Amino acid sequence: MEVEEIVEGIFGGNKRALARAITYVENDYPEGKEVLKRIYNKTGKAHIVGLTGFPGVGKSTIVSKLTQEFRKRDKKVGIIAVDPGSPFTGGALLGDRLRMDGFDSSKQLWVDPGIFFRSMSSRGRAGGLAAKTGDVARLMDAFGFDVILIETVGAGQSEVDIIEVADTSIVIMMPETGDDIQINKAGILEIGDIYVVNKADLGGAEKTEKWLKAMLMMDQEAVSLLEKTTHADEMAVESGRIYELLHKKGWIPPVIITIAERGEGIKELADAIEDHFEFLKSSNLIVERRKKRMSKELFDLIMDEIKRELTAGKFNYKEIIEKVVSNELDPHTAAEKLVKEMLTKG
Amino acid sequence: MRKIRVLVAKVGLDGHDRGAKVVARFLRDAGFEVIYTGLHRTPQEVAMAAVQEDADVVGISLHSGAHMTLVPKVINYIKEYGGDPDEIVILVGGIIPEDEFDELKAKGVDGIFIPGTPIAEIVEFIKEMVPKKKEKARLKKTA
Repeated sequence: MEVEEIVEGIFGGNKRALARAITYVENDYPEGKEVLKRIYNKTGKAHIVGLTGFPGVGKSTIVSKLTQEFRKRDKKVGIIAVDPGSPFTGGALLGDRLRMDGFDSSKQLWVDPGIFFRSMSSRGRAGGLAAKTGDVARLMDAFGFDVILIETVGAGQSEVDIIEVADTSIVIMMPETGDDIQINKAGILEIGDIYVVNKADLGGAEKTEKWLKAMLMMDQEAVSLLEKTTHADEMAVESGRIYELLHKKGWIPPVIITIAERGEGIKELADAIEDHFEFLKSSNLIVERRKKRMSKELFDLIMDEIKRELTAGKFNYKEIIEKVVSNELDPHTAAEKLVKEMLTKG
Repeated sequence: MRKIRVLVAKVGLDGHDRGAKVVARFLRDAGFEVIYTGLHRTPQEVAMAAVQEDADVVGISLHSGAHMTLVPKVINYIKEYGGDPDEIVILVGGIIPEDEFDELKAKGVDGIFIPGTPIAEIVEFIKEMVPKKKEKARLKKTA
């Protein structure tokens, strides 16, 4: 398919055009970049929601149930499900799609015109996402999806790339995955706008919930709100009373208990997702967040361009390397000189 | 280089998925990106997945005897959903009587692999057929 045909297709609701655009973008084809340039001014409307958590915690099942809930609310849903690609063979087994189940037969999930599901391999990249996940979300945004759900690779403790892409990040946990010290460790548990304790039927969910809430109460924003309350005793924090109180004031991330397989807690989760989007918009935080993300993305793109120039042999790059190796120049001076030359000569 | 994407599908009332899972796993190890559909999909579901996932290969596993009905349906729905079966390598695996091979192929199937096929044979077939079919489709379009 040609760029023109794809761009028209994306604006005209042609799913094959969207599918092909994703392939081009994912494989770094020049056509992909061209499509991205052409659709950019139609992006920025969708609510991009990231879901992360350990392998097997129920991310795909929650995605499936949330999709159904949002469809009931008449929202069109795009889904990007990332699974790990092998760093050894480059292959991947993408097995998130198969959890998309359970719709009534009159309006099946897989063929619902208001849903688009794409599986992606992380292609050996660390961080929980594929390199092009953000760009794929943009394609779906331009296509006209209201909500874009991004499911990360089953994450460990430190895969936090999702916040570079999502407006709302959801961290999913389940009972018996550690005590309060585990929950207060840095990394993935710092990034949630919403926390979910899934598989609550396993028992022990209330402990995980309590620890999560206590952890959230020690967050800077919560502490600053806490200082203004009169109930700032430890017991009140522990019991979650303060938590409930503060909830109404700023955005203290809610903790939602679910049994996704049975659909329990899914409505509440969908409500929380919508509330968070409203909060982001009304507080103008959405612009702040997007600015921050764009600053990083733009920086990466600029670096890519510079790398391309240098590896193409411009600015005497190869000669300079030789000079550094033969001790004529030190690498710090070489880098400084090179950048100066780039900036003046263009 | 563009990665080859393979949709491994189970269609209809057939619960025998061991073969499909084993093939999916070995294709992963051969460096392909494999999307597994899970059990009991309808031809519509498989076709829509093939379009949305932009699959280069659709491998349908059948042990139910319904291949003559279900496989052509998948191909037709791919067309109906805007996909181009000319571009996609269509494979069938499972219990397929040999005297029906020709008829299946006439209906648009590129390769049939029955139990006992060495996995390397499937891998080689895919590597050879994917560019071949795409080129053929391209020439057909420009002609």
